[in-house]
Amino acid sequence: MINKVVKDAIKATEDIKDGSVLMLGGFGLCGIPENGIQALLDMKIKDLTCISNNAGVDDFGIGLLLQEKQVKKMISSYVGENAEFERQLLSGELEVDLIPQGTLAERIRAGGAGIPAFFTPAGYGTEIEEGKETREFDGKMYLMERWLKADFSLVKAWKGDTAGNLIFKGTARNFNPMMAAAGNITIAEVEELVPAGELDPNEIHTPGIYVQRIFEGKNYEKRIEQRTVRS
Amino acid sequence: MSLDKIGIAKRISKEIENGMYINLGIGIPTLVANYIPDNLEVVLQSENGLLGIGPFPTEDKVDADLINAGKQTVSMLPGSVLFNSSESFAMIRGGHVHLTILGAMEVSENGDIANWKIPGKMVKGMGGAMDLVASAENIIVAMQHTSKSGKSKLLKECSLPITGIRCVNKIVTNLAVMDVHPEGGFILRERAPGVSVDEIKEATEGRLIVEGDIPEMKID
Repeated sequence: MINKVVKDAIKATEDIKDGSVLMLGGFGLCGIPENGIQALLDMKIKDLTCISNNAGVDDFGIGLLLQEKQVKKMISSYVGENAEFERQLLSGELEVDLIPQGTLAERIRAGGAGIPAFFTPAGYGTEIEEGKETREFDGKMYLMERWLKADFSLVKAWKGDTAGNLIFKGTARNFNPMMAAAGNITIAEVEELVPAGELDPNEIHTPGIYVQRIFEGKNYEKRIEQRTVRS
Repeated sequence: MSLDKIGIAKRISKEIENGMYINLGIGIPTLVANYIPDNLEVVLQSENGLLGIGPFPTEDKVDADLINAGKQTVSMLPGSVLFNSSESFAMIRGGHVHLTILGAMEVSENGDIANWKIPGKMVKGMGGAMDLVASAENIIVAMQHTSKSGKSKLLKECSLPITGIRCVNKIVTNLAVMDVHPEGGFILRERAPGVSVDEIKEATEGRLIVEGDIPEMKID
C-alpha cells in the first residue's frame, strides 16, 4: 500500500499558497478540518478562495480565517451564523458566491467524478438563474451548473488508515467525501490513524485513491453550535 | 383567536400520512415533529445527511458529530441511516421525500415563495431551501399571515427575491389554511378558531378565493 502519512497539519499544508482555491469539509462546525484551519492561520496564507457549505462562526472554524482577512472569496450555501462574514460581505470586502446546498454538493461531486456540467431544477426562475443556460426536459425547466474543483481539499474524518482510506462518524460526513474527490491535493485529518488493513474494507466511506496526505489531528474541540437537549 | 406557533404546528401535523418521508425546515416546521400522531410511522430527513431524526438527546448522550440541519444536537432511532450531502440531495431532487414543510417571508398567489434574502439587510444564504422547493411535489408553508408591522405575507407577487416558482401547495398561518389554486389565488379552506372570513380577507393582499361556508380548524 502507498503510505500517505505526513507528520502534522503544518507539513500537510506547506505548499498551500496565497490565492489557492480550497475546499473545506463540514456542515456548520460539524466535521470541519480544525487542524488544517489552524495551520492556515499559523502560516498567514492570504487571498484564499474557500469552498465550504458554511463559513464557521465568528470565533471558530472558517470564521477565524475571516477575522484575519485571509479569505478573498467564499463559495457557500448558508452563512447565517457569522456576523463578521455578513459585515465583510455588505461592505464589499469579501466576494461571495451563494449556491443552493444541493447544487453545491453536486457541483463538488461532479468535479471529483469528471462531469463538467449537469442540469438541476434548483434556482430556476430565481436570481440564481442569471447567466446560466436553461433547458426543458420532459416539461420541466432546469439550470445548467458547472463542476467545482479545488487546488487543495481539507477534509476531516473519524478514522483513517495509512493508505488514506476514511471512515466518517455521524453527520460529520456531510461534504467531506465529495470534497476529497474534487481536490487536486486532498489532505485528510483524522481523529484516529491506523495501519492499512485495520479498517474493515466493507465500512470505508472514502477510498484512499482520493487522498494524497493524511495525518492524525490533535486537540479537537468539536464545538457544538446549538446544544439542544431534552430533560 | 389567531393561532400561536404551536397551534400552527399542530394543524400541520394533521397533513401527515402514514409511511411518509418528511423534511422539516427550521422554526415552526421543526415543532411539527412534536405533534405527529403516535399511530403513524414516518421518517424525518435532515439534509445534512440523516434519515430518521430522533428526539433531542439527554445531556449525557449529546454528540457533536450528530446534528440536524439547524445545527441542533439530535439523536437517532432504530433504522436511522447516515449519508453524505450529495446523496441527501439526490433523495430530495429525485422526489423520494414525500412532504416538505418550511417557513416563508412571502408567498405569492401563484405559489412562488420567498424565504432566503432581504436585499441589503439579511444575507444568510438559501441553504437547502432552493433545492427542496424546486423538487418537492408536496410543499406546505408554515408562517404568520402578516409581518410584525401588519403587512400581508400572502401577496399577488413576491416583493423579495424568490426561492422558487409555482411550488407551494398549501399554507397554514395563524389565521387560516389555504391551498394554492393552479391558476392563481389562495383557496380558503379553514379559519383559525374565532377568526372571521373578513379578517382573513383583510390580511390577505393576494386573491383570496372563498367558496361556501369556511369551517374552523380542528387543532386537538
